[in-house]
Amino acid sequence: MIDMKVNLGGLEMATPITTASGTFGYGTEYIGAVDYAKLGAVTAKGIRVEPWPGNPMPRHAEVYGGLVNAIGLQGTGVEHFLDVTVPWYADNVKVPMIVNIWGGSVDAYAEVARRLTDAHHPSVGAIEMNVSCPNVKAGGHTFGQDPKVLAEVVSAVRRATTLPLIVKLAPNVPSIVPYVKACEDAGADALSMINTIPAMVIDIEKRRPLIANKTGGLSGRGIHPAAVKLVYDAHNATKLPILAMGGIYEAKDAIEFFLAGATAVAVGTATFTNPNVVSEVYDGLADYCGRHGFAAVRDLTGALEV
Amino acid sequence: MVDETCKVLEHEDIGAGYRSLALAAPAICAEAQPGQFVHVKVPALEPSALRRPFSIFNADAASGRLELLYKTVGRGTLALNAVKPGDAVNVMGPLGHGFPTTCAGAPLLVGGGFGVAPLYFLARMLKASGAEPKLFVGGRTKADLLALDRFAELGVEVFTATNDGSAGVQGLVTDPLDDEMIRLKGEGKAFELFACGPDPMLKAVALRATGSGSKGWISMDRHMICGVGACYACIQKTVRGNSRCCIEGPIFRAEDLVW
Repeated sequence: MIDMKVNLGGLEMATPITTASGTFGYGTEYIGAVDYAKLGAVTAKGIRVEPWPGNPMPRHAEVYGGLVNAIGLQGTGVEHFLDVTVPWYADNVKVPMIVNIWGGSVDAYAEVARRLTDAHHPSVGAIEMNVSCPNVKAGGHTFGQDPKVLAEVVSAVRRATTLPLIVKLAPNVPSIVPYVKACEDAGADALSMINTIPAMVIDIEKRRPLIANKTGGLSGRGIHPAAVKLVYDAHNATKLPILAMGGIYEAKDAIEFFLAGATAVAVGTATFTNPNVVSEVYDGLADYCGRHGFAAVRDLTGALEV
Repeated sequence: MVDETCKVLEHEDIGAGYRSLALAAPAICAEAQPGQFVHVKVPALEPSALRRPFSIFNADAASGRLELLYKTVGRGTLALNAVKPGDAVNVMGPLGHGFPTTCAGAPLLVGGGFGVAPLYFLARMLKASGAEPKLFVGGRTKADLLALDRFAELGVEVFTATNDGSAGVQGLVTDPLDDEMIRLKGEGKAFELFACGPDPMLKAVALRATGSGSKGWISMDRHMICGVGACYACIQKTVRGNSRCCIEGPIFRAEDLVW
């Protein structure tokens, strides 16, 4: 029996697998199709203080090996989330929720974090800060594209919450290291990576972008090697635990992340095609640990031979 | 909702780019309601390809036979053409909110092209509830009027319209529909509208429902990803804001839609 438990910056997870924010709704949509017992946490869709309508349609385009989306963070505000969504989740799902948050200003990030924290709801296990959505230009810049601005917003959220704080980083930077350091110095408990990679798809017959937002973010199989490299770089720069995601379609993909330095992994776009992928990753991971003599999945973290 | 691996029973080319696909899907058929859809993993596409959603043409709970009626419109449906009897196809469903299967007045079913797909199952269930549905179906040409024999077998009266006049009245499906609505109004009889088809037709039917003070049930089709409400890709504007077709629909009340 392999010990599958991990600790992600203070969040105790019964398995090292969660769902990537934005691919799993508010956590209850996949009941009946996904084996929730194989999940250590569910990461919910991003919320902010006020409700947000998201982008115009069409919001996505399928590409070979992935998906380009510009949903635009449509979501319920924090009040509805705490009054309705979380109680409904708690009635139906027994694994902790990682709540993904975003805002248009430093104060807005801190506000949503404070309200989530002050609610003291037992299902809310951690906060994941989205500072890297490519599809919403709130406040005139993306918080994840400047280490100083990143440090400022992470510090503000850190002061607003006692919950484990995970910061989700942008992949499209020259080096991930200054961002990793900024999060570490600002008091983050963990990092998550990678968000989608900015992308564009063009309808050549109409000579128009296929997505109403013109550009979107690429997820899916194709981004996996890029994600592994960023996890590897980040792990070499910090002791903070890393929640890795990007193109996990089978156990092998998750194992690569662990070897590169991940403490936990998130399955995302693959679930749309195969809701059973969570179970397949769990089973394959346990099997791998057994075959390679790892008694606990946490021993895999950074076990890369170089 | 179940995730079922289904054996292909029949797969027929019915002309003009339309196909009918029959699957052995007892678990899905046991739950299915008219207007719901299934999300199909197309075997010939690359393994990471998204699923494709299809209306349920018919779901027979007794035999477990699930029938889909589709048009080849893109990469996914083209790849689906390749499945043969005996092949295994993974199907998630039934998904979404369907049509009501009881009706306070006369049920008037309005379909455009392969938009008749969910209306056969609906007509069958309405018949079973003792209602007498009538079908109004339109297309560009005669070849776009689908499954009329199946509706005839059910004993459903069918009114047809084609743009080129090759079958039924020349014009739009709303022409014979208007005649029937006027007739029913004149007799002081209530009716409800049930529609599936292209957007301009749906808007025309929805406005007739709200304008006549009747109930209207409109099947909205938007490009989907997950099919279960998780991703927020398939948005339709409604009085409640941006609603997800896959879970809040695909059947919406006419008065809730914002065009």
